[in-house]
Amino acid sequence: MLKLSNVTKRFGNHTAVNDLSLEIPESEMFGFLGGNGAGKTTTFRMILGLLDKTSGDITWQGKPISYNESHLIGYLPEERGLYPKLTVKEQIIYLGRLRGMKKQDILKKLDEWLERFKVPEYLDKKVQELSKGNQQKIQFISAVIHEPELLILDEPFSGLDPVNVEMLKGAVKDLKNQGTSIVFSSHQMEHVEEMCQHICILQKGAPIVHGSLRDIKHSFGKKNLDIRADFSTEYLKEFRGVASYKELPDGCTLQIENEQAAQDIFSSLHEKGFVRKFEIEEPSLNDIFIAKVGASYE
Amino acid sequence: MNKFWTIVGHTYFSRVKTKSFIITTAITLTIIIGFANLPSILEMLSSDDESDQVLVMDESEIYSSYLQEDEIIGETGITFENFEGTEEAAKQAVIDEKYDGLLIITTDENSLPEGSYYANRISEMGEQVEIEQALQQLKTIVGTQEAGIDQETLATIYAPVTLATEQLDDSARTAEEMNQSRGLVYVMLFVLYMTVLVYGQMIATDVATEKSSRVMEILISSAPPITHMFAKIIGIAFLGLTQVIILLGGGYFAIQANQDTMSGEFFEVMGLTNNDPVIYIYAVVFFILGYLLYATLAAMLGSLVSRIEDVNQLIMPMIMLIIIAFILAATGLSMPESTMITVTSYIPFFAPMIMFLRIGMLNIPIWEIALSIGILVLTIVAIGALAARVYKGGVLMYGKSGSLKDLKRAINLSKKE
Repeated sequence: MLKLSNVTKRFGNHTAVNDLSLEIPESEMFGFLGGNGAGKTTTFRMILGLLDKTSGDITWQGKPISYNESHLIGYLPEERGLYPKLTVKEQIIYLGRLRGMKKQDILKKLDEWLERFKVPEYLDKKVQELSKGNQQKIQFISAVIHEPELLILDEPFSGLDPVNVEMLKGAVKDLKNQGTSIVFSSHQMEHVEEMCQHICILQKGAPIVHGSLRDIKHSFGKKNLDIRADFSTEYLKEFRGVASYKELPDGCTLQIENEQAAQDIFSSLHEKGFVRKFEIEEPSLNDIFIAKVGASYE
Repeated sequence: MNKFWTIVGHTYFSRVKTKSFIITTAITLTIIIGFANLPSILEMLSSDDESDQVLVMDESEIYSSYLQEDEIIGETGITFENFEGTEEAAKQAVIDEKYDGLLIITTDENSLPEGSYYANRISEMGEQVEIEQALQQLKTIVGTQEAGIDQETLATIYAPVTLATEQLDDSARTAEEMNQSRGLVYVMLFVLYMTVLVYGQMIATDVATEKSSRVMEILISSAPPITHMFAKIIGIAFLGLTQVIILLGGGYFAIQANQDTMSGEFFEVMGLTNNDPVIYIYAVVFFILGYLLYATLAAMLGSLVSRIEDVNQLIMPMIMLIIIAFILAATGLSMPESTMITVTSYIPFFAPMIMFLRIGMLNIPIWEIALSIGILVLTIVAIGALAARVYKGGVLMYGKSGSLKDLKRAINLSKKE
């Protein structure tokens, strides 16, 4: 388990991370969300020991993380970086050895990964000759080649085409199923929603939402209501319990405060005429993010 | 420790394999071998250069016979030939390039010879310098004869004077010893100067490259920045060692092979033989310390830069330091006992060159050497500690860079708050 207790990081007068406490369970994927500059990368850098924390504790399996454990940890930084003039092979051998691997093991693993990403021909190519998406695959391999117990992925899917996103997602899911604990940050809510059990939304260095995705959605309260009807639904704009109203050509999408409101709307619609569709949806993570983070911008 | 050597190995091999390294080494080696063979090359080029032939017209007809004497011909390398006929005919012979020039000798009011020289081209470095010399000798001979002094007496007067020198202070180096170590000091100054310029730059560029390609963040998440920094310094040191061994080795063999064509034994002239072995130990100690000091500075400065283009700007202060040290040392070679040299031999940035110069040129007490080395080592430790802090923050720092103000930013970034 990765545990952060009361972690604070200050740069001079600026507080980048403020009293952050998190528990990230093992063999799970943990989603780390937040607007730009919310403190995600700073938190990752503190976990990795690249930055010293101002106060608080970070432990992995009950022990503080030091460079002696670096072979247990994999890191995909937000700013991708590889040696442009080295070949994929030289690159991965060097980075793998720095994570405590032997050369033969690295080459074996590298072949497997290149095979999996369908790019075995890149073994002896220089990184600068590869497309950005393919460089990212190599970068990903460099983060996981040593089979880390804890894997930190900072925006792993940004800048990839949908096919490659699926390929990388598959790899990440497989790693999780093999028991790797994964922390990842993303701006793409649907990825987090699809892959993570627990999430945390950071805002100005402090968590504003934190817990299991299901609980968060449940306690968010507000639900979406999708209505298609043969008559005008405009009167629902002022209906009790309706938080927001969005007109559609043949109906509307509402955000409602609670399920009681849905029941009231249902009975009122019933009197008006024929209803083609009436569906209550769980709020999306996107809705929650916008509601929580957006609200504090105002 | 394993990671340390992995980084050292990577730094070394990724550089040693590059075309630029191989080409620079090859070119430098060619130049060194060329220099060693310079005497033979010059001889080859000048062998077809015949001695100048000059026509002489002499009113008195006695001067020209002196000019034929071996003494004058031997020293000037000019063949003088008497010409019977008109001045115009003689000038025409020169214009037709049958002869290199025409010398007309007349007698002045003191009954001494004077001359006019005609040639197609008169250049500053041409044969007229030798003609003038020949004429001067002729004048001396004629003049002394007029005065009734015979040649033998003259030779005795002109023989060099003997001045015996003996030092009364035993602790001072004899002139001979000084000359001997001067060569070694020169070599050391130059090698250290070049090393700092070339390899210091290389370290800074290497660090900046890893930063600008953003691979740094992965590197320092695998190994501590301090390990990374010092491994880089050592890796480049090995690279430098490889290059220096190739160059010195090549140079040594080239000079050995040409020993006989060179005037005198090269190593003896350079003072690289009969030195006290202790001085070689000092050379190595000061060289290593000097390299460490400047390499650490270079790594620190390199970590502040986000773009390779800014490297030169930021390492400028360091380059200035080593240039000042070199100039001071070069001046100090001729006056090793001056106060300026004594004082600067304790300033750590100059000590590797200047204290070594004093050791080589003077007999200085061991405590002075120890003090200078002590200050130097302490400075290296202090700069190493500072560089480690700066490096840790600097490698995570991106954006506008290129001034020493970034030092403070980098230290703040590596601090706890």
